Amino acid sequence: MHLILFLAFGAVCVGGAINLLAQRHPINSALSLIAVMAALAGEYLLLGAEFVAAVQVIVYAGAVMVLFVFVIMLLNAGEEEETKGSRVAILLGVPGMLTGSVLVAWVVLRQSGNEAVAIGALPGSPQDIAQLLFHDFLLPFEVTSVLILIAIMGAVVLASKPETPAGKAD
Amino acid sequence: MVPSYVPLSYYLMLGGFLFACGVVGFLIKRNIITIFMSIELMLNGVNLSFVAFAAHWHALAGQVFVFFVMVVAAAEAAVGLAIIIAVYRTRETLNVDQVNLLKL
Repeated sequence: MHLILFLAFGAVCVGGAINLLAQRHPINSALSLIAVMAALAGEYLLLGAEFVAAVQVIVYAGAVMVLFVFVIMLLNAGEEEETKGSRVAILLGVPGMLTGSVLVAWVVLRQSGNEAVAIGALPGSPQDIAQLLFHDFLLPFEVTSVLILIAIMGAVVLASKPETPAGKAD
Repeated sequence: MVPSYVPLSYYLMLGGFLFACGVVGFLIKRNIITIFMSIELMLNGVNLSFVAFAAHWHALAGQVFVFFVMVVAAAEAAVGLAIIIAVYRTRETLNVDQVNLLKL
């Protein structure tokens, strides 16, 4: 049962990732990325990480992708055009991906064999995670809050309209 | 008979495939927003490996790392998209081939 669910969610992941590469319009790529992230949340549930799955849906598939779709619509992004550089990149990139994937699969299969991931054995409840996050990882947690503060200020400064010199309104 | 467990290597292969797709998207795409989405795809592939290893070694710390990766990804998306808006305002294009000068 777990294997069937894994394969179903994995098929959505793989299909979405390939669709992201194949689509020319950024909005289609964004929607297929949302499908990938939602399917990944299912994989996290299979691994017993319920809280991570919930956060994946809320933060990634929700907030981050809404930001992406919003910017795509704000900038009215159209289909990307073929250039000489993109053809060279396809020639180099696709064989590179195939080589990389096969290499990773070969190494992983050689190293780990068929050890099973025991499903449901790991306590992934919010309580356990909070215990770790606010006790053992307290300093990194506080540092990330500073990072977010800097990111907010940076985004506001970068996205705000540049000030025009006095008397020279454009 | 279908086994009721999923081997760790399957999760790692799926994560590796997502990462490879992200790398290829980063290389072959010419739209700056799609390139950004490819980076998110790479981060997702790594997150899947983190959670799979956390389940395999019974170490909850792997799941905590995923939260830190998500925080960094969210901050990166906010700043990066702001940069994209700033670039679009000055160049009026999203094609990275046409954004080749530091100064206009």
